[in-house]
Amino acid sequence: MKNYKLRITNYALFALVLIALTGLFYQTASAQDTTPTDDDVNAIAKQLYCPVCENTPLDVCPTEACRQWRELIRQMLAEGKTEQEIKDYFVANYGARVLSEPPRTGFNWLVYIVPPVLILVGAYILFNSFRAWIKPRAVESVSGPVKEAKPSSSDDEYVKRLEEELKNRK
Amino acid sequence: MTETTTPTRKSVPLWAQVTIWVFLAGLLALVGFGLNRASNPMAEIGKPVPDFDLVYFEGYEYNDTAEMKLSDLRGKIVVINIWASWCKPCEQEAPELEEAWQLYKDRGDVVFVGVDYVDTPEGALGYLKKFAITFPNAPDLQSTISSILNRQMGVPETYLIDREGVLRQIKIGPFASIAEIQAFIANAE
Repeated sequence: MKNYKLRITNYALFALVLIALTGLFYQTASAQDTTPTDDDVNAIAKQLYCPVCENTPLDVCPTEACRQWRELIRQMLAEGKTEQEIKDYFVANYGARVLSEPPRTGFNWLVYIVPPVLILVGAYILFNSFRAWIKPRAVESVSGPVKEAKPSSSDDEYVKRLEEELKNRK
Repeated sequence: MTETTTPTRKSVPLWAQVTIWVFLAGLLALVGFGLNRASNPMAEIGKPVPDFDLVYFEGYEYNDTAEMKLSDLRGKIVVINIWASWCKPCEQEAPELEEAWQLYKDRGDVVFVGVDYVDTPEGALGYLKKFAITFPNAPDLQSTISSILNRQMGVPETYLIDREGVLRQIKIGPFASIAEIQAFIANAE
């Protein structure tokens, strides 16, 4: 009977420890879930540029200003803010210049429209130029090789005069 | 005898040329208009500083007003100090600036205004607390004010505006002492 009681107490203790450990593990796991990793932060940071360090994306910028911004992103992620909400916050506070891609509004459309248009115009010019280069060859293949019309020395007035002067000197 | 024919080069049709030039001119006009719209008037030494507004940090207001218009301070000497919490040289001059403010604040005719350049709110407020700054301070997150003041190099920079609202002097870099700050302010008196 005594053994039986001891066994029950042991089982109860074991169950308590197990419950406590499970609770602890769950707490740790849920805390890990809400703590944003560097990768989570950098996924957003690489889409932003701090105005202090122009041309350096926020995820790789080593300055103190950018470190503060990354911390702010981490804090906002921990608060449960979405990527879009965080980007909206930075745009609202620091202006659209912080975005790696300008928003598709107003004059910013020029950035998206002008380059493709220029590429198309360039392609058209290139196409026409290539066609113009190919055409003379086509003419050549039909009418036989075109000899380059080199001016013969007898035809050139200047050469004639030069030769005469050289003769006279001799 | 074979006849050699030189190929005649086909020129770009007139309508295409006109279209291209009109497109380019329109593009230039658009870019010019956009740049003109985006640019702010800029301050120059010896000329009145273009007016601007700012909203103070909570707890760092001037005369219990949350917002300030530069023109409202006409008749006073205004010392505008541009700083940032991530700026190490700013930390060198912060205690001296606060000490100088303590010397001038009761006079009433000299106002110090801190302008926090592209900073995070936490960083800025932490910096103000760390150096026990009490003079009016406001954020300039979009760098509108620093571009109006024609910021020269970086931070810190300090601008001295006289009683008529004319920019008298610019100090690039940190002040080394209170005496230097006093000498700076004396240029507007």
